[in-house]
Amino acid sequence: MNTLKKVIWAAVAGCMLMLAGGAMAQTKQEAPDALIKRISEDVMATAKSDKAIKNGDAHRVQQIVEEKILPYVDFQRTTMLATGRYWRDASDEQKKRLTEEFRSLLVYTYAGAIAQIRDQQLEYKPFRADPSDTDVIVNTQVIQPRGTPIQLSYRLEKKDSGWKIYDINVLGAWLVQAYKDSFASEIGKSGIDGLIKTLAEKNKKLAISFAQKVKQAS
Amino acid sequence: MKSMTRSILLVGMLLLGGCATTDSGSADANDPFESYNRSMFKFNDAVDNAVLKPAATAYKDNLPSFVQTAISNFFGNIGDVWTMVNNLLQGKVEHGLNDMMRVAVNTTMGFGGVLDIASEAGIQKHKEDFGQTLGKWGVAPGPYVVLPLFGPSTVRDTAAFPVNIYGDPWTYTTPVSVRNTGAVIRVVDQRAQLLGASNLLEDVALDRYIFVRSAYLQSRANDVRDGAGSEDDAKKPDGLAP
Repeated sequence: MNTLKKVIWAAVAGCMLMLAGGAMAQTKQEAPDALIKRISEDVMATAKSDKAIKNGDAHRVQQIVEEKILPYVDFQRTTMLATGRYWRDASDEQKKRLTEEFRSLLVYTYAGAIAQIRDQQLEYKPFRADPSDTDVIVNTQVIQPRGTPIQLSYRLEKKDSGWKIYDINVLGAWLVQAYKDSFASEIGKSGIDGLIKTLAEKNKKLAISFAQKVKQAS
Repeated sequence: MKSMTRSILLVGMLLLGGCATTDSGSADANDPFESYNRSMFKFNDAVDNAVLKPAATAYKDNLPSFVQTAISNFFGNIGDVWTMVNNLLQGKVEHGLNDMMRVAVNTTMGFGGVLDIASEAGIQKHKEDFGQTLGKWGVAPGPYVVLPLFGPSTVRDTAAFPVNIYGDPWTYTTPVSVRNTGAVIRVVDQRAQLLGASNLLEDVALDRYIFVRSAYLQSRANDVRDGAGSEDDAKKPDGLAP
């Protein structure tokens, strides 16, 4: 009896230590591959178990994106890179609005992708990086029940607050690069303000179709 | 079917030849045929909306998913034969042998390819075609081309296209009626697999033509390299302070 008690206490104490260690490691700084793994598992598990998401509740999906993904994304950097050389010519106000509008658009993109999670599995590729690196790529792939696996990679930058995602690669295509040509063409036609306007209009349309999906789900 | 494909290709080439070059101000992409490409993109879109997308949606919504999986697997297995040849042509013997295993296992124990037992056993699929082989041999992709009905391509991949058709075992299936019906089912099945992605793309792209072009060219270059996203394909921004 006594030994049993001791064993239980030892187990409890061990658990506490591990928890404390885990919390400390997280505040210290999580490695980029560990971060991606944690976010992915969390989002996948939620998407697979949450009833509202399964019913196609767009609002709930968006909430998941806001809660679980956005804190780890550096939208300013993503927007800056997608804008490319035009970024320097933009005023602070334009930069701010551009980042906001692009952010909303990307939230819809993520939400759309999450809504499609069914019975996929994630596989994490071995991570190679030097501890001194401040810019890394984490490779994963989505294993589908049929068809070829989908390559999915993330590009992260080290910040004081931890690693932040700023670019995503799907099937070999980087998001920033894919938007860069579209941005350049819009800016070429009607300047930075024109691009902001186009993005804003796109977001408005998406908001309407989103609201319809929420209605359908409820 | 084959002669139809050939005449479509020929028409495409003629259209290409007679087309003036334009530029939309996107400096990065190699797209001298943009005005032709854009009209072909529009045409393909119209065909897709009128025929292919509704068919694929009906297929996806109405057929039990195990039947869809069986169809995908069946044609996937046939495609693996050509993948194997291309892996060997590229000197990737290990992948080529893997593909041979896949075809052998799936054709026999997977009842003619209907079950993809090889994937479940961990022998993964690596799709390769002759365009990728040419790329591996050092042929540059050349300008972007939108083919009638077949969509995004490059000059190199367009040249490889007929070779891919000749190399595909299904091309030699008899009787012809079975071959044609199969070809249609195969296309609808492939489109159905892309429904989710294409609907999402319609939602979030600013200019779908440009978005598809950038994504296609990047992704294709990546296929040729067989690489996961590596450092050098995410271009550093030009002259920007970090």
